[in-house]
Amino acid sequence: MSTEAEVTTTGVKVELPKSYEDIKDLIRVDRLPHIWCPGCGLGILLKLLARAIKNSGIPIEKHVIVTGIGCTGRLGGYLKLDAYHVTHGRAIPFAVGLKMANPELEVTVVGGDGDILAIGGNHFIHAARRNDDINVIIVNNFIYGMTGGQYSPTTPKGAKTTTSPYGHYENPFNVPLLAYAAGASYVTRWTVLHQNELYQSLLEMFKVKGFAVVEVLSPCIIYTDRNAMGDAVDLMRVLKERPVIDHRANLADLDIDFSMKKIILGNFVKRERPVSYG
Amino acid sequence: MPTVAELYKKDLDKLLRPGIHFLDGNTAVAEGAVTAGCRFYGGYPITPSNEIAEYMSYRLPQVGGKFIQMEDEIGSIMSVLGASAAGVKAMTATSGPGFSLMQEEIGLGSMLEIPALIVDVMRAGPSTGIPTLLGQGDILQAKYGSHGDYEVVAYLPANPQEAFDFTIKAINAAERYRVVAVVLSDQLVGHMYGKVRVPEFDEIEIIERPKPTVPPDQYLPYDSRYLVPPMAIAGTGYRSNNESLTHTDKGYPTTDRDASFKLIMRLVRKIRENEKEIAEWEEYLLDDAEYVIVSYGSTSGSVRRAIKVLRTQGYRVGMLRPKTAWPFPGWVVENLVSRGVQKFVTVEVNMGKMYHVVKEFSKGVPVEHVPYAPGYIPEPDYVINNVRKVIER
Ligand SMILES: Cc1ncc(C[n+]2csc(CCOP(=O)(O)OP(=O)(O)O)c2C)c(N)n1
Ligand code: SF4
Repeated sequence: MSTEAEVTTTGVKVELPKSYEDIKDLIRVDRLPHIWCPGCGLGILLKLLARAIKNSGIPIEKHVIVTGIGCTGRLGGYLKLDAYHVTHGRAIPFAVGLKMANPELEVTVVGGDGDILAIGGNHFIHAARRNDDINVIIVNNFIYGMTGGQYSPTTPKGAKTTTSPYGHYENPFNVPLLAYAAGASYVTRWTVLHQNELYQSLLEMFKVKGFAVVEVLSPCIIYTDRNAMGDAVDLMRVLKERPVIDHRANLADLDIDFSMKKIILGNFVKRERPVSYG
Repeated sequence: MPTVAELYKKDLDKLLRPGIHFLDGNTAVAEGAVTAGCRFYGGYPITPSNEIAEYMSYRLPQVGGKFIQMEDEIGSIMSVLGASAAGVKAMTATSGPGFSLMQEEIGLGSMLEIPALIVDVMRAGPSTGIPTLLGQGDILQAKYGSHGDYEVVAYLPANPQEAFDFTIKAINAAERYRVVAVVLSDQLVGHMYGKVRVPEFDEIEIIERPKPTVPPDQYLPYDSRYLVPPMAIAGTGYRSNNESLTHTDKGYPTTDRDASFKLIMRLVRKIRENEKEIAEWEEYLLDDAEYVIVSYGSTSGSVRRAIKVLRTQGYRVGMLRPKTAWPFPGWVVENLVSRGVQKFVTVEVNMGKMYHVVKEFSKGVPVEHVPYAPGYIPEPDYVINNVRKVIER
């Protein structure tokens, strides 16, 4: 399979970038090229997650990835693991079933802000409440990417999207505060540009017993250009320059507003809480 | 095929022992599931299915199984599919509104080919209807409720004994064909007490999903060389990609016309080509019948009584009682047509559901429906009067 894997399903020969050398055996090279836009943050997450899985100390075959629908939801398909690409918003309960049925599995859900927090919001808060022993990576690009840039539960107030052409009226979720209040054991927020910190968080997430939430701020370079953030390059700059790392930040202060001069990142919550299942 | 005696050797003393028991239909479903090897239940409370969840929450831990009350029905069926993906036979139970919520995931189970059991204890509808009283309005929904093309297997128990037996059969069918199987019970069957005979453990056959025998690097999760491809269990080293999008044999998404055709054809063929093997029905006084009443579930009790009376009045009436709604034994209807039957009359607690299915096979022989308001079972007198009217029309 490994030699054959160089040739993709479309018959094109693909070579992984050098930075993927260590995780080559975890990537479904035969599925490339991937569907993501050049410059999307999801490729970085894919690489870091694969690396964290590889170095987690947990046997590769025990790792299971569950994803819902969206650009982020396609991430599991590029990992050479047991992966389940399920319906929009429903990855968490599927993961809960997997983990309960076989507690030896290390189950990780990856989803977009719409997937996990809108349609899947009920599952998210209840899995956090039960403190089910699964990992949830929320890729927050402030928008619905795959369906064309509509507003999502994390779209900042005032932001223009394809369904908020006059500026968004609703208040967004403060994701770390929500996760903490609902009962998660582990809550962090990074951007895809904070590769080292994000990688460490992913590693840590595997060690946590209980519901682990990693919020990853990621640019949707295609659909965010209607926003105050500007074009793709501006957006990258925002994610690079505005973040302030404060592990002890008050969770109530973690709202994100595009007009803000700082976006707080950090490892906010790590606590031992009884686990209901798993 | 292995039997319960062979498969669950060390647990036999924990199962409901062979012999005669007195159970309600909902408990019979739960015990049937435990006997068939179900060890996971994820559900959300809804009347009149609650006794199944309550009983399973008490029963499953005794046999090393797990129970979870999820936050809603979508979560319930998803937890069931997840547990089954991890290799554990799993089920949920619900009623109308909950069954409606699960529809998207019936499609998912069909697409990922994950065996699962849903018990729908039908109640009066539409919407929340009459929670405490029966309906038979979900028959078509069981097969046509989700979008796209797929097939299910759905049983129609009429009493606690069948609730027990058909639950085992449904779990077996789910495993054999890797589909979502449904037990379409109803409120009356669920709450009816009756005699349930548990067969000897070496008489109950248990089917397990096909497992891969090839090494992981040769494994194709949706291998179209099989009608029912072997299923790799999560965590066993196959590292397989399971895709809800239209996919290739490898489980990779595709928009290719031929790949789509091949996949969807296989998903429906695995049931359609085995319909004669799966479908079950009862023929009651059909040998000389000129008029055939088609009814199922709790309603068939009333119809049976009505037929006895109508026979004494000189009407040659019989009953066809499908025990599986899906696959529907359409060829039995066709055979009756060739035998010269004059009319079919469907009697169900709805405004005409199985009516449409019978009509599909009746080749122009009239089919009439006796409607009955959801919530109540048609009494024998109602059936007698209305069937007589239809016959004499
Ligand atoms: C039940 C259902 N509703 C709607 C959709 C359409 N849909 C596909 S992806 C998506 C949202 C994607 O946004 P997000 O979850 O934030 O992920 P992203 O694409 O931004 O990574 C929606 C609404 C669907 N597939 N299923
Ligand atoms: S639409 Fe946005 S989220 Fe989706 S791949 Fe493109 S950049 Fe990434």
